[in-house]
Amino acid sequence: MIYLDDTDKNILNIIQHDFPLDIHPFQKLGKELGISEEEIIGRLKRLHDEGAIRKIGPVINRKRIGGSSTLVAVNVPGDRIDEVAAYIDEYPEVSHNYLRPDKYNVWFTLSASREERINEILMELNQKTGLKFINLPTVRLFKIGVKFNIK
Amino acid sequence: MDAIDEQILKATQDGIPLTGSPFRDIANRLGLSEEEVVERIRLMKEKGMIRRFGASIGHRDIGILANAMCIWNVPEERVEDVGRIMASFPEVTHCYERPRRPEWEYNLFTMVHSYTREDCEQVASRISESTGVKDYRLLFSEREFKKTGVRL
Repeated sequence: MIYLDDTDKNILNIIQHDFPLDIHPFQKLGKELGISEEEIIGRLKRLHDEGAIRKIGPVINRKRIGGSSTLVAVNVPGDRIDEVAAYIDEYPEVSHNYLRPDKYNVWFTLSASREERINEILMELNQKTGLKFINLPTVRLFKIGVKFNIK
Repeated sequence: MDAIDEQILKATQDGIPLTGSPFRDIANRLGLSEEEVVERIRLMKEKGMIRRFGASIGHRDIGILANAMCIWNVPEERVEDVGRIMASFPEVTHCYERPRRPEWEYNLFTMVHSYTREDCEQVASRISESTGVKDYRLLFSEREFKKTGVRL
């Protein structure tokens, strides 16, 4: 597990939602926190290398730029999990894919610019694996706002 | 979204460089000023094409090990109220209504992230108490196969 001091935690909490949109964002962030741009960048590089930060970039709203997304569930026999997960991960349209043991054990999200593309992918996956994929598109969105409160 | 916005999203979706001027290369490539690139990102955020611009956290690597998808069976006429109550919990990061299927009766989905499974279970039980929804389960993720976020 990655060691985080109070400054690291502060930085991580700020840059999830209040990353400064500026041509010199790290300088601006440093000013807010009273530390130099060099130190901010040094800390961010370590946090990135060690996995605390995956990336700093846009979280795209697929619906707003045109397109649709869905959650898909499938029940994969225990000895085929790696094989089927690899088939699923191959598609760039798959944004998340997890093993969650239950009635269906593999759960993934799919987003594409056209709904037909989603159906096409599910048909292909069905042909490749012989498994039945349950398509659960969003009916209503009540909340999406990932923010980790790092203590 | 115009072609330039699309190029900006494509150029930044895997992360901007950790340098003093992280937008310089993109600006040069697209023949824009750095200010224009930043302004376009700001506008895309304002228009909702970008939900946020910032860090994606490797939550497992910093010890937030438990992540539960809670699934709830909520009567149709209560979905609107219950969905709002669930969304008001700070521990809930996502809350969606999804269709029932013949072999699947759960219609509300919430994601809860926390340091331990017990924490997630406690949050779910508090949600159950305040909504009165008793038919629910927690699906904990045991492996992450992929987590890239939405890409163009």
